[in-house]
Amino acid sequence: MRTIHVGEITKNIKEMCIEANHFLSQDMDAAMKHAVSVEKAPLGCQILAQLQENLQIAGEDMIPICQDTGMAVIFLKIGQEVHFEGGLLEDAVNEGVRQGYTEGYLRKSVVKDPLLRENTKDNTPAVIHYEIVEGDKVTVTVAPKGFGSENMSRIFMLKPSDGIDGVKQAILTAVKDAGPNACPPMVVGVGIGGTFEKCALLAKKALTRPVNEHSEIPYVKEMEEEMLQKINCLGIGPGGLGGTVTALAVNVETYPTHIAGLPVAVNICCHVNRHVTRIL
Amino acid sequence: MDKHIHTPLTEEKARELRAGDYVYITGTIFTARDAAHKRMQEALETGGNLPIELKDAIIYYMGPSPAREGRPIGSAGPTTASRMDKYAPTLLDLGLKGMIGKGKRSQEVRDAIVRNGAVYFAAVGGAGALLSKSITASELVAYEDLGTEAIRRLEVVNFPVIVVADAEGNNLYETAIREYASESACEL
Repeated sequence: MRTIHVGEITKNIKEMCIEANHFLSQDMDAAMKHAVSVEKAPLGCQILAQLQENLQIAGEDMIPICQDTGMAVIFLKIGQEVHFEGGLLEDAVNEGVRQGYTEGYLRKSVVKDPLLRENTKDNTPAVIHYEIVEGDKVTVTVAPKGFGSENMSRIFMLKPSDGIDGVKQAILTAVKDAGPNACPPMVVGVGIGGTFEKCALLAKKALTRPVNEHSEIPYVKEMEEEMLQKINCLGIGPGGLGGTVTALAVNVETYPTHIAGLPVAVNICCHVNRHVTRIL
Repeated sequence: MDKHIHTPLTEEKARELRAGDYVYITGTIFTARDAAHKRMQEALETGGNLPIELKDAIIYYMGPSPAREGRPIGSAGPTTASRMDKYAPTLLDLGLKGMIGKGKRSQEVRDAIVRNGAVYFAAVGGAGALLSKSITASELVAYEDLGTEAIRRLEVVNFPVIVVADAEGNNLYETAIREYASESACEL
């Protein structure tokens, strides 16, 4: 048994909210640099160059990369030998978000009720996903999610007979419909299988996987590569103003499902695909 | 084509802009997004006054992050314009001449742009740090309780935007994408 004070969680989440909103992870940074070198459209190249400049200014002057500093999505993988002390874990997570967004000059974009829409003024609550795993460590991933792209995400409850072509068509449909609204070049997170809510969670998780890593399942890896190539033939391009770099990566996660179903979720993220992970 | 314009954006100036033009705006623009548009709509429906003069004005669909000490504004990039489609035609008919945002507009908005000789610009989404450098001053105008969604008056210098929808009915999103799409390669 290992005891962790929840204050450690608060402190780390605060720092990670600020870090994620000012610095892209290495994998995303490399993908954005690569995009400039392969884009064929002149206006697309100009936009990608501006995004490079934007990243530089964000880091040097500590101005968030995007004004939509997102709703804080937090994944906690908790080793089952960990015991927390000092208060409720959920409160500690939200306190970290509150401190990070307030002290870090991040935008408060959360409303308390989806229909009454009063701003909570500290960006809480976070959306927290807990997972119990083996060991005595806690893996924390902070992934602030902007809503320009979140709004363009989709769930398709396909039939088993729709098969892999149905899945590919669903991905293309979601990306096509998203177009310029999702701030391309985008990252496409796909969840296949499970249930209605499980595939959505898989798609979200897929966005936190480094964009330079493929699935370990051979046919899934092939699908990721094929879909990236197909998406980049759609012509949407940087900023949706035409070009050959519409997506930076397609990350697919799968899970067992029911004999009657083939759920597919497509969670779209803009080029500010933020994710920071720490192991405590 | 690169063009420089100064506000106010008169119909004459707006009609000279074409989809695809790269435009640098200098002068005064206003921010308003979802909640502020809803309030303006409610004000119009109940016979109240709008907090800003719409004639020849430009509205920037943007809610900034907080400014650090000594800076006029925080990160300040565009939000998705289609969420304001419900409100935009009324504002255009009342004299609004320019909108800055990102993403597609409805047919109703595009018709109102043509009808009024107005223009819809896109700023680069996700470039909020860079765009903040073209904003020299920011002042709260109305709806302070809305936080980031309040209406602000911004002073901008060479604020970079691209004309997407012009007064002639052209739409850059459609034409530019067609140029780089290879339909056959997209087929499964």
